[in-house]
Amino acid sequence: MRFILALCLNLLPSLCFAVQPGEMLADPKLETRAREISAELRCLVCQNQSIDDSDAGLARDLRLLVRERLRAGDDDHQVRDFLVQRYGDFILLKPPFKTGTFLLWLLPFGVLLAGAGALVAFARSRHIQTAPATGLSEAEQARLKALLETEGTKPSL
Amino acid sequence: MAAVKSHEEHAVIVETGHYALVLALALAIVQGLAPLVGAIRRDGELMAMAQPAAVMQFLLVAFSFGALTYSYVTSDFSVTNVFENSHSLKPLIYKISGVWGNHEGSMLLWVLILAAFGATVALFSRGMPDDLRALVLAVQSWIAAAFLLFVLLTSNPFARLDPAPIDGRDLNPLLQDPGLAIHPPLLYIGYVGFSITFSFALAALISGRIDAAWARYIRPWTLGAWVFLTLGIAMGSYWAYYTLGWGGFWFWDPVENASLLPWLAGTALLHSAAVMEKRDALKIWTIFLAILAFSLSLLGTFLVRSGVLTSVHSFASDPQRGIFILAILVFFIGGSLALFAFRASALKPGGIFAPVSREGALVLNNLLLTTSCATVFIGTLYPLALEAVTGEKISVGAPFFNLTFGPLFIPILLAMPIGQMLAWKRGDLLGAAQRLVLATALGVVGTLVLYALRGGDVVPAVLAGLAIYLTIGSFVEIAGRLSGAPSASAVLARALGLPRSAWGAAFAHAGVGLTLFGLAATGWGVERIVSVKPGEAVSAGPYEVVIMSIAPREGPNYNELVAHTQIREGGRVIAEIDPSRRSFTTRTMVRTEAGIVTLGLGQVYMNIADVRVDGAIDLRLYWKPYVALIWIGALVMALGGLLSMSDRRLRIGIAKRAAAHVQTAAAE
Repeated sequence: MRFILALCLNLLPSLCFAVQPGEMLADPKLETRAREISAELRCLVCQNQSIDDSDAGLARDLRLLVRERLRAGDDDHQVRDFLVQRYGDFILLKPPFKTGTFLLWLLPFGVLLAGAGALVAFARSRHIQTAPATGLSEAEQARLKALLETEGTKPSL
Repeated sequence: MAAVKSHEEHAVIVETGHYALVLALALAIVQGLAPLVGAIRRDGELMAMAQPAAVMQFLLVAFSFGALTYSYVTSDFSVTNVFENSHSLKPLIYKISGVWGNHEGSMLLWVLILAAFGATVALFSRGMPDDLRALVLAVQSWIAAAFLLFVLLTSNPFARLDPAPIDGRDLNPLLQDPGLAIHPPLLYIGYVGFSITFSFALAALISGRIDAAWARYIRPWTLGAWVFLTLGIAMGSYWAYYTLGWGGFWFWDPVENASLLPWLAGTALLHSAAVMEKRDALKIWTIFLAILAFSLSLLGTFLVRSGVLTSVHSFASDPQRGIFILAILVFFIGGSLALFAFRASALKPGGIFAPVSREGALVLNNLLLTTSCATVFIGTLYPLALEAVTGEKISVGAPFFNLTFGPLFIPILLAMPIGQMLAWKRGDLLGAAQRLVLATALGVVGTLVLYALRGGDVVPAVLAGLAIYLTIGSFVEIAGRLSGAPSASAVLARALGLPRSAWGAAFAHAGVGLTLFGLAATGWGVERIVSVKPGEAVSAGPYEVVIMSIAPREGPNYNELVAHTQIREGGRVIAEIDPSRRSFTTRTMVRTEAGIVTLGLGQVYMNIADVRVDGAIDLRLYWKPYVALIWIGALVMALGGLLSMSDRRLRIGIAKRAAAHVQTAAAE
């Protein structure tokens, strides 16, 4: 079922590597930031792979771009904004919270609340329906006892 | 002369395979109608048609599948499908697995498994009421008819080429892997296995009758489908892990999500069916989940097969297949939900229970599982919907799922051992918590120790602690039942006497704990991305890695560059790996082949790039502690499922049949 992924890679003329030694920044702190940012940016020609993981040539270009911006002194937000300006929200693996996407972020928790609410309502309605049936009155008890006694003497069909 | 003759023989087999598929379709239509009419009119003869028809349908599809496999094995390039996906030099195993390494063949495999399930129901259901069996097989046959029609009209694997090309285009090198031989069949058996529970649900809605026996009938099917789906997903993730070159195993890719959705719904179904079987409650909900699980399987097939994932526009540009599957999807999901809405009220609600009880815990399980299922569903389909409505393109990736699916799943993990400990009808929460004190304490201590030893981020240590609590907690209930036995042999006798389903639950839950531990441990991994010359040592966690030589090697349909590498611990060589880069000649494609060795539960994982002019080679090297637990956990989950399947009360039908055999034998 990974055919799609396979296809994605197949489209590329040659496989290069995800992050290569030559791409990495000398400053380990800056490099760590670069990796963290890359992990949340989508390789635009792949299926849900981040540029940090992807072998695609485009991903490599984007990795270099991220590092170039970091070296130029951008903070993480500025790097992301720069890329969003160029490629749109599509490049963010974590979609921003805005008009088009607020439902995406809120729906899962909405489903949970709705489900829990429905459960509580259902349990209450069942409780009310069934509550009177739980106990037997004294008269019923006596009748039950009598029935059980006669039952014991003859086999019921 | 001989060559001409064999060519004709090939042609006969291919054409007969195609014809068998047409016959199977005709038979499927009959099987979809006659037993249904029979069940409604209480006509025994019409109902009795279902069984032989289901078996015959399977034989026809199997013949057709065999014919396609034969074309692959004999490299008959007059068949377009073989030409496009095979090559005469390809190793035999990939000639066979290549049958389903493409759209047409994989749909044929889908239909084959569907027919196999129908035949299995027909053959192993003698204890079942006639009308229920007839209805189940009829519904099963509607699905078969729809997909046979799909294969014949839009995805014919038997299309021919004239004249036949000399050789084929070969299979995509990424798919020339043992993973292709195992992963799709496992996954499809899981996907399609839920068709049986779906058919049972529809049969119950049509007849308006549903009881605890119904829940017992569907249990082995649900468990079986769940076991295969679990194994299929795990296998796919391991395949991605060793193929894609950097050890990622889950990407929240829509294709993966498509397999996770029915798994989550199926897991919920297993649990709600257990409540229904024991306590006659949650009937309507169980029916709904049975419909949902297979609907999500169909949705997965649609997502993967229609091309809609690549882009909404690519779907629209080659609409035939996509529209067809969409029509199947709408017909079955819409139809079954309509039937559900129309008939569900006819089913009487069953037993009642206190909120704190085994049933209550399973309801909570169902709430959280279906919500996490909905979350994956929303995350997978939202971008498609948004693009279709506004044209805006967004990506929903791992960070989204970690933030939404994660928090929803953690309460499930916390509640799992507690739920096992509660009694039916009315449970004792405090008592359950008290019995879990040891497991909880070990989890907390585990977190602290691991955090102290490993340092770094706190999240992996906390998740690992949760995993310890879950794994140990899964067995507390069983330990409680065994404690107090006077001797070791008495403990063993009691252990063997416990219902297998209790063992099944314990193992399946513990498997989740093991997988979680493996996932948590990814946070302690070591990654080295360096450029080295042969003979230089690179450290990876507790080990030293040295490339001894870099040399070319020739395979059947590829050439490769192999870096022969030693793994050393304290100067001593403990393992050797051969990571390589393969160039496939026919498709001029390069694939990296990771060198992996399992040491304890962890793995050293290494990949190489091309040799540079100065003789150095770029490599990615990883030490992944406990990573094997991710898949071992999945195997343990599947083992739990199998244990549950072997439970005695699920074999009642078989026992009855055995008794009947004895009687007839005696009579003769």
